[in-house]
Amino acid sequence: MSAEIDAAVGVRVGTLDLDATVTIEPGETVALLGPNGAGKTTFLHAVCGLRPVDAGRIVLDGAVVDDPVGHVFVPPERRRVGVVFQDYLLFEHLSARENVAFGPRCRGVGRVAAARAADALLARVGLSDLGDAKPCALSGGQTQRVALARALAGDPGVLLLDEPLAALDATTRDAVRRELRALLVGFPGARLLVTHDPIDAAILADRVVVLEQGRVVQAGTVTELAAQPQSRFVADLVGVNLLHGIARGDHVELDGGARLVAPEPAYGAVLAAIYPHAVSLHAREPAGSARNTWRGRVSAIELLGTRARVRVDGAVPLVAEVTPAALDALGLAPGAQVWCSVKATEVAVYGD
Amino acid sequence: MITAAASTGRRRSAVRRPPLVLLVPAALAALFLLLPLLGLVQRAPWADLGAQLSTPEARAALRLSLVCSLWATVLALGFGVPLAWVLARVEFPGRSFVRALALLPLVLPPVVGGVALLEAFSRRGLVGEPLGDWLGVQLTFSTAGAVLAETFVALPFVVITVEAALRGMDRRVEDAAATLGAGRLTVLRRVTLPAVAPALLGGAALAWARALGEFGATITFAGNVEGRTRTVPLAVYLLLDTDPGTAIALSLVMVAVCVAVLTLLRGRWLVGR
Repeated sequence: MSAEIDAAVGVRVGTLDLDATVTIEPGETVALLGPNGAGKTTFLHAVCGLRPVDAGRIVLDGAVVDDPVGHVFVPPERRRVGVVFQDYLLFEHLSARENVAFGPRCRGVGRVAAARAADALLARVGLSDLGDAKPCALSGGQTQRVALARALAGDPGVLLLDEPLAALDATTRDAVRRELRALLVGFPGARLLVTHDPIDAAILADRVVVLEQGRVVQAGTVTELAAQPQSRFVADLVGVNLLHGIARGDHVELDGGARLVAPEPAYGAVLAAIYPHAVSLHAREPAGSARNTWRGRVSAIELLGTRARVRVDGAVPLVAEVTPAALDALGLAPGAQVWCSVKATEVAVYGD
Repeated sequence: MITAAASTGRRRSAVRRPPLVLLVPAALAALFLLLPLLGLVQRAPWADLGAQLSTPEARAALRLSLVCSLWATVLALGFGVPLAWVLARVEFPGRSFVRALALLPLVLPPVVGGVALLEAFSRRGLVGEPLGDWLGVQLTFSTAGAVLAETFVALPFVVITVEAALRGMDRRVEDAAATLGAGRLTVLRRVTLPAVAPALLGGAALAWARALGEFGATITFAGNVEGRTRTVPLAVYLLLDTDPGTAIALSLVMVAVCVAVLTLLRGRWLVGR
C-alpha cells in the first residue's frame, strides 16, 4: 500500500501557533526541519491523529482524516500510519517480538501469524536473534530498529518518524542513519521525517520543509535551499558540506580528485558530510593531527551574528564556520589563500 | 602511616555517626512498635496453638475473614481501578472533591464509617430501603454487609496507589499503542494496566490486609453474628474475656499475615525500587 500525505495543520497550543502545509508523494521522504519548539512534533501528532487540528485539513491516501469544518476526525487507531516516536516508546513489559506483533494483533491478525510476521520484520532490520529480548536489554541502536519494525508491522500507508536518531549517541548515530536510509527507500508510501539535525535532513530526505515558530519559512531540495538560504537556521542546514566520491577502504576519492581520510573503512559511491564548525582554517599549511588538509581560496564571507561563514573554493569546496575574531587573526578576506583542515573523526560517510 | 590511617578512620566514623538527638528517639520508636508484638508472642499458647485455631469458632472466623477480605479486595479493585483512572485522566468539575471522598475512609474513624454505612444501606437507609423493598436484599447482619464494610475501608488503598502510578507513567506509550491500531480499551488492557501492574499489586495487597483487619465499620454496620459477620478481629474482641488463648492465637495469625504482606511489598514494590 503506497499512500500520500496532504496535511494543512492549524493548531494553537500554549505559545505555539502552528499553521503549516506539507504535501508528500508516495515514495518520497520529506524532512520537517526546525529548531526546538517550532511545532514539528505537533505537526506529526496532527498527521497521526494524536492531536486534532483546530483549522486545516489532513488527507491520507485520498481519504480526509481530519477536517474541523466538515466534522471529520478519524482517531489514530484507524489511520494506518506507522510512527517511530522520539525515545522510541517501546512497551517495556513486552519482548521485542511482542512489541512488533502488537500492531498486527490489534488489527485482528492471529497470535501465531502475528508472531511470524514480527520475526520476519525483525530479521529485515537485522535483529532475528533478539525476538525474546525485553526492551531494557537492548542497545540504543537495537531499540531504534525494533521501533522501526513495530511501525512497519501494521502495514501502514505512510511512515512518520519523530527525531528517530536524537536518542542515540554519536558513535551509533552514523551507522543507524545509514540503515535508516536504506529502509526508508524500501518503503513505498509517503515518509515524513521530523528532525532538528540538518545532517538527518540532508542524508535521509528528498525534500526539506523548514519550520520556524509554527510557519514554513522555506521548502525545497537541499540544493535549492543552498542557493538562497532565507534564515539563520536554513543557512546552518545548507552549510553542511556534502561531498560526493568513491570510497576505497580507508579513504575516499572525491569527485574533484582530492583525497579524504574517513574514520572507518567503506567502499563504493559515498556521500561524506562535514559540519562547517568542524572545518578549521589556517594561514599556513597546518602540522597538527588533522588528517585532511586542503588549500583553497576564500570566495565569500558571511557574518551571522557571533559567527562567520567562510566559503572556500579549491579542489575541495568547503564552508567553514569560525568566530569573527579568528577571521581578523587570520586576516581573511575574499580572494585570500587559506588552508582548511578536518579531523577524520569529524567526517561522516554514507552510501550514496 | 599507621597513625595517619587510624586517624583518618576515626575522623570518617565521627563524620558518619548519626546524631544521638535522633538516634535515641528513633530507637524508642522502634521499641514501641516492637513491644506489643513481643507481648503477644510471649503470651501465646505455643504448645496447643493448633488446637486453639481448630475450634469451630476459630475456624469459622478464619474462613469468614478469608472469604470476606478476598471479596472486598476484588470489589475494591473492580471499582477502585476505574475510579483511579477517571481521577488521573479525566478533568471534570469537582475532581478534587471526589479525590478527597476516595481518601475519606482512610482517615474516618471506622466506627463512624459503620454508622454512615448504616444510614445509607440499613433497612431504613437511603439506599437500603429500596434495596430491601424491591430486591429483598438485606445487607445488615449479613456476610454481604461485612464485605461492604471491608470494601469501604479498603477502597482508598487501591485508588491512591493506582492513581499515583497512572499519573506517573509515560502516557506517550499509550499514544504509540493508539497509532498501532489499539482502541481505548485495548490500550487500557494491553499497555496501561501492565505499566501500572506493580502499583496494582501493591494496592491490592494493602487493600487486602486492611480488609482483613477491619473491625469498627464491620461490627457497627454488619453486627457480630457467628458464621456470617464474625470475622477474626471480631472474634478476637469477643473471645478476649471468655477464651483469651484462642484470641491470642488468632491475633498471632493476623500479625503473621500482615508481616508477610509488608515483607512482600517492601521487597518488591514499596521501597528501594
